[in-house]
Amino acid sequence: MTVPSQVRARLVGSEPVGAYHLLTLDAPAVAAGAGPGQFVAVAVGGPGSAMLLRRAFALYTADPATGLVQVVVAEHRPGTAWLVHSPVGTELDLVGPLGRPFPLPAAAGTAVLVAGGYGSAPMFDLARRLRERGSAVHLVLGAATGERLFGADEAPHVADTVTVTTDDGSTGRRGLVTDGLTALVEDTAADVLYACGPMAMLRAVGEIAAAYAVPCHVAVEEAMACGIGVCMTCVLPVIGADGRSRMVRSCTEGPVFEASRVRWKDVGTLPADVVGADAMGGHR
Amino acid sequence: MTSLAQVGMGTTLAGVALPSPVLTASGCSAAGRELAPYLDVAELGAVVTKSVMLRPRSGRATPRMAETPSGMLNSIGLQGPGIEAFLEHDLPWLAARAARAVVSIAGGSVEEFVQLAGRLVGAPGVALLEVNISCPNVASRGQVFACDPRAAADVIAAVKDAADVPVLAKLSPDVTDIVTIAAACVQAGADGLSMINTLLGMAIDTDTLRPILAGITGGLSGPAIRPVAVRCVWQVHAALPEVPILGMGGIMTGLDALQFLLAGASAVSVGTAVFHDPSAPARVARELRDALADRGIPGVADVVGLAHRDGRR
Repeated sequence: MTVPSQVRARLVGSEPVGAYHLLTLDAPAVAAGAGPGQFVAVAVGGPGSAMLLRRAFALYTADPATGLVQVVVAEHRPGTAWLVHSPVGTELDLVGPLGRPFPLPAAAGTAVLVAGGYGSAPMFDLARRLRERGSAVHLVLGAATGERLFGADEAPHVADTVTVTTDDGSTGRRGLVTDGLTALVEDTAADVLYACGPMAMLRAVGEIAAAYAVPCHVAVEEAMACGIGVCMTCVLPVIGADGRSRMVRSCTEGPVFEASRVRWKDVGTLPADVVGADAMGGHR
Repeated sequence: MTSLAQVGMGTTLAGVALPSPVLTASGCSAAGRELAPYLDVAELGAVVTKSVMLRPRSGRATPRMAETPSGMLNSIGLQGPGIEAFLEHDLPWLAARAARAVVSIAGGSVEEFVQLAGRLVGAPGVALLEVNISCPNVASRGQVFACDPRAAADVIAAVKDAADVPVLAKLSPDVTDIVTIAAACVQAGADGLSMINTLLGMAIDTDTLRPILAGITGGLSGPAIRPVAVRCVWQVHAALPEVPILGMGGIMTGLDALQFLLAGASAVSVGTAVFHDPSAPARVARELRDALADRGIPGVADVVGLAHRDGRR
């Protein structure tokens, strides 16, 4: 796995894209060797900032040739607002690439990629790499509204088929991203699923994959404080190779997990059979 | 002016010589390995490891963290692999890199602390033990050992008997008079004091109308608590000037570290800053060296407790 770097990265591009903001950063050390699904952790607020925690963003692009990386930012609180309104030329403190990327299948096959909102960011690089290896790629993008889709225009260039859904029907088919997924998996005889987006969506995609006994790799969105594995904030209950569940860090062991290993209904709780739960003295 | 090369960065903490006065802080750098891409762990004064307990421990449910103004609340609940895995995987990694380890131990009873200290006897690379009698994220919440001088002294005396390295007692600021607790720990045999642990805090989500943390309350850390920490170090050093202190609480820069030394700490831990900047412990040491050089101060030993002395520059 690539060793992450901490760099001063110059913001070379910042543009609104629908409801989001696309930031382009000059970060050759981060771009080198980054894989789809990996992320960067960015310090916000500038020197002396009162906002101590890094913000984590999945890499949208990482080009070793140009040294540029791109991330998609949704502005909702002061930290992301600061990022989005930082002028081009701002130096950002960036750590990455972090986490484990989506695993690529050993042999060419048929992949279905499912993304909710700006969870689509890592899917384009993933789609390109899958096709380079001879796989067919079917991409499903969903969001609450058309504005909250990311990359719908680019999608036909990286995938064999593209399905777009929105909750309000403003773009594509009205409904949830998972609505037509069973049929798509069946029709394409998919042999692997990939997903990135809200937890509820990942769980639903994982259940469909399980029903068809197809491997399913999902990138989770857990709140992180550090991104590098020291704070123990971003944990979720995951079943290990030995069959035992542990609270594992989504920043270092993830963010990509095999969906069947994640105990979706227990996320946000402390199941009694998790390793070490018995040592909590009944305190959950 | 003192030239940078002349600044003496070495310090002595509870009788242990350290090449730098800047250490990591327990719970903020795991057991050091995750920081390897960002700094050289052997150049730090020491790596203070996340509190280890006897058994593997899951920690609490999520959410475990909330960002607050110039700080954060955490409610991790001492998640960790337990002492056996720590001895097998973590300590050897540090020892192989010639890094010094200050091992933080935590237990639910005096007996658990004693067993932990016993398991660490003769372990490679252990410079000191830091006895965590003050983690707020335990079932008993406010009733931590460090809130009661007698309970604190019982733990320290027992650990001191079992340990083969000097022992630091880690104190909580959530007490009426920290000097009383400090004196009880020293009386019980503590070779030094670590202060401060987090302050018990809480935040409520105004959208869900419920507490943000699954554990409801959490430990407040970061620059928001720095003045409290400096005050604690000052009070204890004033009362017990011979007692070595490892100071911590919101150190982000070299000048922050200098404040702790001036208040009476012989060394400092950099904790929450690591979440903001993984290279922070190394950076703080460089900045501290520069600050001493700028002020014409020959070395760390010359500033410990200096703010207590008459006259000012």
